[in-house]
Parts: sequence; C-alpha cells; structure tokens
Amino acid sequence: MLLGKKKEKDVEIPSASLSDIVFLLLIFFLVTTSIDTEKGLDLVLPPPGDTEVKIPKENLANMLVNAQGQVLLDGEIIEINEISRIVREKIQANPNLVISLKTDKETRYEDYVHVLDQLKEAEAKKISIAEPDED
Amino acid sequence: MKFGKKSKVNVAIPTTSMPDIIFMLLIFFMVATVFKQYSGLKVSLPDAVKIQKIAGSKRHVVTIWVDRNNQVVCDDINVKKMSDLRQVVYQKMVADPQIKIALKIDKDVDMGIVNDVHQELRKASALNVYYFAIPGGEL
Repeated sequence: MLLGKKKEKDVEIPSASLSDIVFLLLIFFLVTTSIDTEKGLDLVLPPPGDTEVKIPKENLANMLVNAQGQVLLDGEIIEINEISRIVREKIQANPNLVISLKTDKETRYEDYVHVLDQLKEAEAKKISIAEPDED
Repeated sequence: MKFGKKSKVNVAIPTTSMPDIIFMLLIFFMVATVFKQYSGLKVSLPDAVKIQKIAGSKRHVVTIWVDRNNQVVCDDINVKKMSDLRQVVYQKMVADPQIKIALKIDKDVDMGIVNDVHQELRKASALNVYYFAIPGGEL
C-alpha cells in the first residue's frame, strides 16, 4: 500500500490575467478618487462662555464692516485693499495689537472673507471676532 | 536613388514591467481615496489669497455648507433649525475630538447667519474653522 502518494499535478494559479484585474481596480480607484485642491482661511473661534478679556484700549483696533462693504478702522473709512498695508503698519508700531472685527447683520460674507484675507496678508495673528450688536 | 528605405530596428516598447507600474499607481490611489464625500449644497465660494490647506487628514474634517437660501447642511445632515447644529457638531466632536470645521458658505450669505453658525460652533467647542475660498482676487 502506498501512502502519501503525491500526484504530479500542476497547481499554479494562472497569473496571465492578473494585470487585467489590477487595471480594472486601478480604473475604479481613479474614477472614485477626488483629490481635494480646495483650501481655506483658518481661524480659531473664541471658547464658549462670555469670558470677557480685558484688553487695554491702546492694544485694540476696532474694525467695523457695514452692509455696503465699507470698512471703518478706528474711526476712519478705508478701502478693503488698503487694510493689509495699514494694519501691517499698526502691528509694527504695536506688536500686541488685537484687531476686533465686527460686522453688520447684513454684511455680505464675501466682504468679510476679503477683510479676513487682508488681515492674514498683514500677518495679524490676534484677530477677535466680535458679535454683532443686537437691534 | 532609393527613397523610403526602412531601417529594420526593433522598436517594441518593453511591456514586462507594465503590471508593476500599474500596481504602484493602484496602491497610490487606494491610499489616497477617502470614501466619504458628501455632495453638500451648491455654493459659489468667495475668493481669497492667503488660503492654506487644512492641516492633517481629510478624515477629521466636518464640512458645513450654507447656501444663498440660508439652508444649512452639516456633512449629510440637513440642519433645519440653527440651534440643532450645536447637537450635530457636538456629536461629531465626541466621536472624534480632533475634528476641524470646513465652512463652505456662499458669498452672498449675510453675516447674521454666519455669526449664528459661529455661536453654535463655539457652544459645541468646535473652534478650529476654515473659511473655504477659491484662490484668486487681488490684494
């Protein structure tokens, strides 16, 4: 009696179609992948709760944006594309300057983003988002 | 004179390494793919210059859309009342504490709505926000 008689059969997995399968998978992932090129302006919101931080008056720059997209910085009307230059000068004069950005309820979001963009351009690190006044 | 004399050079492109190249591409796309894309709302984003990519992986990003009809959608949840946004974001925050908020807001939306979204996010302790914008504009 012969035990463990081995059959001499070819048991290789056919690999000729492997590249076709991989090609199909590749096409599937190519189609489903969406490589995000979208980017945004980052901002850190203040923590919850009404914690009022006292900022000395000389370290605070009030910036108001109204519904027409006009900008008021410390009582002076300025153009949006002037903000970065003026704020940069102010920060150079006082590195502890905090910019308090206040908007109207009807200010367009686009104007707000433009103002924020200008502040980023001026390398303003301390930006505070003030809540709009309740009517 | 003989024109069109053809040189008998073998010009076959070697294809033996093609499966390897395809394998490499496949692995790249498999790693880069994130299967969590919500269609969201149709918004036209504002333009900005100083924009940057969200730090870290896309897996930790929660997207909030606000369109020009003041409709608010957070990932796949349609937020009907603004005060519900807090709960939605808070639950995502509990599941993954390192989430960042991507705000895709239409450029014609009023700041009143945006401020409401800010307040809700603050109450949910989601403080890292990105205002999505398309590159462009002038300074």
